Amino acid sequence: MLTFLRRRIISSALPLLVVILGVFFLARLTGDPANLYLPLSATPEMRAEFAARNGFDQPVLVQFGDYLAQLVHLDFGESLRTAQPAAEAVLRAFPATLQLAGVTMLLAVVGAAVVGSLAAYRPNSAADRGASFLSATAASIPDFWFAIMGVLLFSVTLGWLPTSGTVGAAAWVLPVATLLIRPFGVLVQVVRGAMVSALSAPYVKVARSKGAGEARVVFGHALRNAGAPALTVAGDLAVGMLNGAVVVETIFGWPGIGKLMIDSILQRDFAVLQAAVLITALTIFALNILIDICYALLDARVRQGVMA
Amino acid sequence: MTGKASMLSLLAKDRFASAAVVVLGFIALCAAVGPVLLGDLAVEQNLRAVNLPPFSIGHGWEFVLGSDSLGRSVAARLVVAAGTTMSVAVPAVLLSLTVGSAWGMWAGFSGGWRENVSMRVGDVILSFPSLLLAVVVLYVFTPSVANLIAVLAVARIPVYLRTARAEAAELRSRLFVDAARTFGTGSGAIIRRHIAPSVLPTLLTVAAVDFCFVMLTESSLSFLGIGIQPPDVSWGLMVAQGRQELQTAWWIAVFPGLAIVFTTVSAAMLAAWARVAGDPGQRWRLTLPRKERISA
Amino acid sequence: MTVAMEVERLSVDVRTPAGRVRAVRDVSFTVHSGQAMALLGESGCGKSMTAQAIAGLLGPVAEVAGGAVRLDGVDVLGLDPASRRKLAGPGLAIVFQDALTALNPVYPVGTQLAEPFRIHEKLSRRAAREKAVELMDRVGIPEPRSRLNAYPHQFSGGMRQRLLIAMAVALRPAVLLADEPTTALDVTVQAQIMELLAELRTEQRMALVLITHDLAVAAEQADHVAVMYAGAVVETGPVAEVFRAPRHPYTRGLLDSVPAAGDRGTRLRSIDGAPPELADLPSGCAFRARCPLATERCATERPPLAETGPGRASACHYWKELADG
Repeated sequence: MLTFLRRRIISSALPLLVVILGVFFLARLTGDPANLYLPLSATPEMRAEFAARNGFDQPVLVQFGDYLAQLVHLDFGESLRTAQPAAEAVLRAFPATLQLAGVTMLLAVVGAAVVGSLAAYRPNSAADRGASFLSATAASIPDFWFAIMGVLLFSVTLGWLPTSGTVGAAAWVLPVATLLIRPFGVLVQVVRGAMVSALSAPYVKVARSKGAGEARVVFGHALRNAGAPALTVAGDLAVGMLNGAVVVETIFGWPGIGKLMIDSILQRDFAVLQAAVLITALTIFALNILIDICYALLDARVRQGVMA
Repeated sequence: MTGKASMLSLLAKDRFASAAVVVLGFIALCAAVGPVLLGDLAVEQNLRAVNLPPFSIGHGWEFVLGSDSLGRSVAARLVVAAGTTMSVAVPAVLLSLTVGSAWGMWAGFSGGWRENVSMRVGDVILSFPSLLLAVVVLYVFTPSVANLIAVLAVARIPVYLRTARAEAAELRSRLFVDAARTFGTGSGAIIRRHIAPSVLPTLLTVAAVDFCFVMLTESSLSFLGIGIQPPDVSWGLMVAQGRQELQTAWWIAVFPGLAIVFTTVSAAMLAAWARVAGDPGQRWRLTLPRKERISA
Repeated sequence: MTVAMEVERLSVDVRTPAGRVRAVRDVSFTVHSGQAMALLGESGCGKSMTAQAIAGLLGPVAEVAGGAVRLDGVDVLGLDPASRRKLAGPGLAIVFQDALTALNPVYPVGTQLAEPFRIHEKLSRRAAREKAVELMDRVGIPEPRSRLNAYPHQFSGGMRQRLLIAMAVALRPAVLLADEPTTALDVTVQAQIMELLAELRTEQRMALVLITHDLAVAAEQADHVAVMYAGAVVETGPVAEVFRAPRHPYTRGLLDSVPAAGDRGTRLRSIDGAPPELADLPSGCAFRARCPLATERCATERPPLAETGPGRASACHYWKELADG
């Protein structure tokens, strides 16, 4: 188990390293970093002062050392807009995104497990075909448009739900629904496929021959086996959920990391963007490890290295 | 039965797949000739025909889908936007398809450290949300059609890289490749003549699914204001502009969204059909009337 | 001798793209407690489907089209799912061919062995695990207690088959169906598994239905045999008698194709032709195209399975000629 984890940690750390390097070099290879950090209207004096203050007159290697030292202290510089430390702004926005994504992922996984299993229980039945069509459509709808249609119907026309805010259950409905459609649609298809093959496996017949009830057969025996492929996809979807979070948070004014990123782009606040990107990469790194642990818990063969 | 003819007759038998082809063909037509025919109409402002509701031709046929807050024809803008959307999505898919599959076939065929390094690179790109990648790149470089295509292509290369590598690595061990090698055929020629034809059908199916993804990402970026910039217009940008008028003119945001949905659902359906039709072991299913299809 | 299970005119239909196909046709046989009955036939003859129909485990494309399976006088095919589940384990159990796929790869074997006790006897987790240890010990798995938490892939093929048998006999079933239980195993391991089944049968007074394509296994293990061809039983009777003097040309053909010690140097004999497609059975007798005795009568009149003597039956118009010739 420990060697398995160590191997996975090393391989997942690589992307993290690439992101750290990437941000550093993007900020330098495109010319004067002041172009990135300062507003377009900055005067030459401001630029010179900025370069001296940030050590951009030093050799690149020294700069890289300073950069790494700053990273360790979570020091990404100050926000142009608020003059607060960039890391602070990001960490303040972080929980909102985590809550939104967490709730959505939970709903997507549980919902897809139930719907996908039921669809697979009777392959090609009306329920199965209905679920397949709906999930395929759900995975193809642009999320931003779905959100706006939701606002049009439930907020503008019916007046049932608020258009923004985070307080109260009603405020959560549209953001969660928007973020949910794509992962839910994809997961239903994955779970269905895995369950169709799991339900036709001999061990399912054996379970039935022991007198196990259908619920025990489907959710106890088959779903646990179908869980591994679904989990892999769920991991990719969780990473991709950050895409959705950017859109959802922008539309619904959700004070999370996605909105922060778009705002810092539109206002050219590079320090905040850089902090947000790196902290996101760190989260993805942690998430990948978490998924690997779940994977190993689910299947002993992974734990013991029988299956790579 | 010859390959092409039998595929066409199979396609004609499947109502959903045929409908998908018709939809995609219509959109391709709009994208190809629309900007030339309707380019002027799409930017022509008419302050006496502001926010006209759709489904009425009282103000002329061009306002059949209504007009926006500047009195521009929504229908004409939709057609022109189809051109923009396709001019990003199609090159991006083609670029990532070409680079990714060539790279993947080479990696799978070569094996060893070349394969390992290639896969690692693919993992790195894929483990980072593509929208985030686009966000950073489009911050540093200004948003333009070329940059948009480049960033979308780079983000999707690993998808083809993985598929092509897996298939090529499997084929590498097959006899006909050994036979070719025995006769002294070079690696490049083996890949071109023996591996590429077997791998291509799978890659094309992947590309069809990926087309949806690229289109959705482009729309999202344009919607967020970091993709296609006015005065150009794409479907995602139209939704963004319509969002401001949601209370007074819902149609401005609704129609471009519907256009996206129709396109992506059609492409997804066609890909699903092609997956079955391209697999000799499953093709028989399509020859049956719909009711009798059984999933074995 | 008490009758453990009676199968009467059991038929199974399979739905295919070309329509419904009868895969099992009017199969009847009886097994007695403590005895073994071999269901013998080539692959595809419907013997596995018969077993799965009896156990209520047919897949989504197959269904019972008629007949009865009586356990203790009750037709289990007519029971509602809940009552049928109550019988699965204590009444009727089944052992599958491939133990690696028949054991659930994601659960420790102890959990799987304890499951029958948890379901039927509502035992506590701890008590059920104790029972599982006893079972593992009974089927000859060394150091059972320390292997409770091991996973199926950590056992050898023979050990996995023992685990599967242990699971099936956990609740001392009246009837055990064994579907090619040794086909996937080495010859030496095969013998051990067969021995285990024989021991359990005498010990628990269990009736065994042994589904096999192996004539030697049937001859050694079974008291009675039912030979199946193209979905139907063509001959039944006590194993020794049937094998000594077959009364159906198919049985004769099977026996002739077994090489004997004296045959060295001669050509192996086999039955000419191949079994017919179930979807496209010929009129009359299904075997006639391959039968040396076939006449015009065989093409028009399907021979029923008719009694040919005490405890014996054959589905051939010319069984007498075969017995005399």
